Amino acid sequence: MTTWTHDQARVPATVPAYSQPQRVTQARVLRSEWTKLRTQPSAGWALLSAAVLIIGFGILYSLLREARPPHGATAAGAFDPAAVSLSGVQLAQIAAGVLGVLLITSEYASGLIRASFAAVPRRLPVLWGKAAVLAAATVAVCLPAAVAAFLAGQSILGRQHLAVSLSQPGVARAVLGSALYLAVAGLLGLGLGALLRSTAGGISALFGLLFAVQIAAGFLPGNWSGEVGKFLPATAGQAVTTVHPDPAVSLAPWTGFGMFCLYAAAVLGLAAMRMRRGDA
Amino acid sequence: MSHHIDTPTAIEDGHLNPDALPTARAAAGTVDPMIEIRALTKRYGATTAVSDLTFTVQPGTVTGFLGPNGAGKSTTMRMILGLDEPTSGSVLVNGRPPRAHAAPLREIGGMLDPRAVHPSRSAYHHLLALAQTSGIPRSRVDEVIDAVGLHAVAGRRAGKFSLGMSQRLGIAAALLGDPATVVLDEPVNGLDVEGIRWIRALLHDLAAQGKTVFVSSHLMSEIAQTATHLIVIGQGRLIADTSVAEFIASAAPTAARVRVRSSHQDALARLLRSPEVTVEAADDGALLVSGLPAGHVGAAAGAAGITVLELATEQASLEDAFVDLTHDAVEFRATPRPPAGLSLEETK
Repeated sequence: MTTWTHDQARVPATVPAYSQPQRVTQARVLRSEWTKLRTQPSAGWALLSAAVLIIGFGILYSLLREARPPHGATAAGAFDPAAVSLSGVQLAQIAAGVLGVLLITSEYASGLIRASFAAVPRRLPVLWGKAAVLAAATVAVCLPAAVAAFLAGQSILGRQHLAVSLSQPGVARAVLGSALYLAVAGLLGLGLGALLRSTAGGISALFGLLFAVQIAAGFLPGNWSGEVGKFLPATAGQAVTTVHPDPAVSLAPWTGFGMFCLYAAAVLGLAAMRMRRGDA
Repeated sequence: MSHHIDTPTAIEDGHLNPDALPTARAAAGTVDPMIEIRALTKRYGATTAVSDLTFTVQPGTVTGFLGPNGAGKSTTMRMILGLDEPTSGSVLVNGRPPRAHAAPLREIGGMLDPRAVHPSRSAYHHLLALAQTSGIPRSRVDEVIDAVGLHAVAGRRAGKFSLGMSQRLGIAAALLGDPATVVLDEPVNGLDVEGIRWIRALLHDLAAQGKTVFVSSHLMSEIAQTATHLIVIGQGRLIADTSVAEFIASAAPTAARVRVRSSHQDALARLLRSPEVTVEAADDGALLVSGLPAGHVGAAAGAAGITVLELATEQASLEDAFVDLTHDAVEFRATPRPPAGLSLEETK
């Protein structure tokens, strides 16, 4: 503090001229958003906790199923070793989604969004920039975590001869799909945060879309539950994380993931419409 | 394109020739940096924050933007920065709507709230992220950090900054792109004397470079020492658009009052009152006499055998002149309306 006070007295009251060309481009805004993401400690913590949840919970659940392997032919047939080792994704989606919400609502809460929009008056490049760096960072952290969780889980389940390998049909896709699912869950959070401009509102809406509507659909009578349920965001999205999705309650892997992307795109689109016009 | 006074025609015998400036700029095909506000109105639901505001902020001088808290200054500044959408009317910055600039940090630099930073991001990275949007390099970020005196603390979390340091960070952000137009909301709020002097000198330096400098304050005395021109608003409406010198001159004639307490206040009041002299009772029972010097008041009391207990000349401050001005404007507006309408209007 003393140093600073000392400094300021000597500072001449002028700022040097700067005449280099300037122009806002989407690529530059992307770089700016990357700087923001990597210098926002909460983002690092959220991604780290996502990775810890994927690996840690995957190992825990694999150990549990190693101790309590499936009994009987039906149970063994329905047993999905890849899903067991990737079960941490269910928890990690909370971290990824909340990171998405916070990435934009923290700017509204602090007022920083005004500086961001003054620097990028068209505004939408800021949203697209955030979406891109969020998705890239989530995949960069969660894909290795999913691979690690899968390998660790399979080595545990292998002791009961329950393991599958990455080369078996649909397995590598499920591992990759887990990371992609988390990235899109983050984008869904980003869209909700940008739409509602409130951390509490964004997180509530995210939990509602990822969990509550599924629970509500469970109350529907008979096969309505499965037919409606498979189109809901989390169910649709998680089809890609499952090696053999059950057609009765799940869409085909990439169809379901596409459906999940549509939800995120719709929310981001609404957020973009609100962001582009009106008051910041 | 440069907004600096770098054309030979603008410099004569090594001195700035202000008259040559517009010509030089026109010849260079550039638009004068200025803020043009026309019939600007902003409503939030039922509340009118800014109403039919029209004024122009000229380059090469510091223009003060004065009004009591809640007068609509920040709302106006947000519209100048393209952050809030006007309900009606228009804002042009350097000849274009604020959101139409391809190089916004070169055209307009703003500071609205110095605390608007991510609390755990360092000052350096806060500025770097803003700079990168326009392709401004790290070397310029360093340059601006040094210029505002934040070199020693640039790596610290901006959320831990004192208000004075935050103000400097906000100013650094505003000046990153060397903008032609600078808009600062209450830049001296919470600063120590040294900081206030520094900002005043900086604002004068920016104006001397030919920039348009628009600075708000709710304190008249502050503006009087910083600005040359003055825009005064109250309740979202324009009250005055004048030079600071004119404003002070117009406020001066009614400025001096004599405050007197005596053994016989009523008798003294009757004695002093005349067509040229007004006598009012202050809240504490003293008389406030306008139109007579203190010596005459004392002499008149003595001649009438009234004992003077207290006698002083009160110089009405610029602050009083400003309060009178905004008060008059409110009364002027309120007269044709029923009282209920006024109280609704004032609820913000």
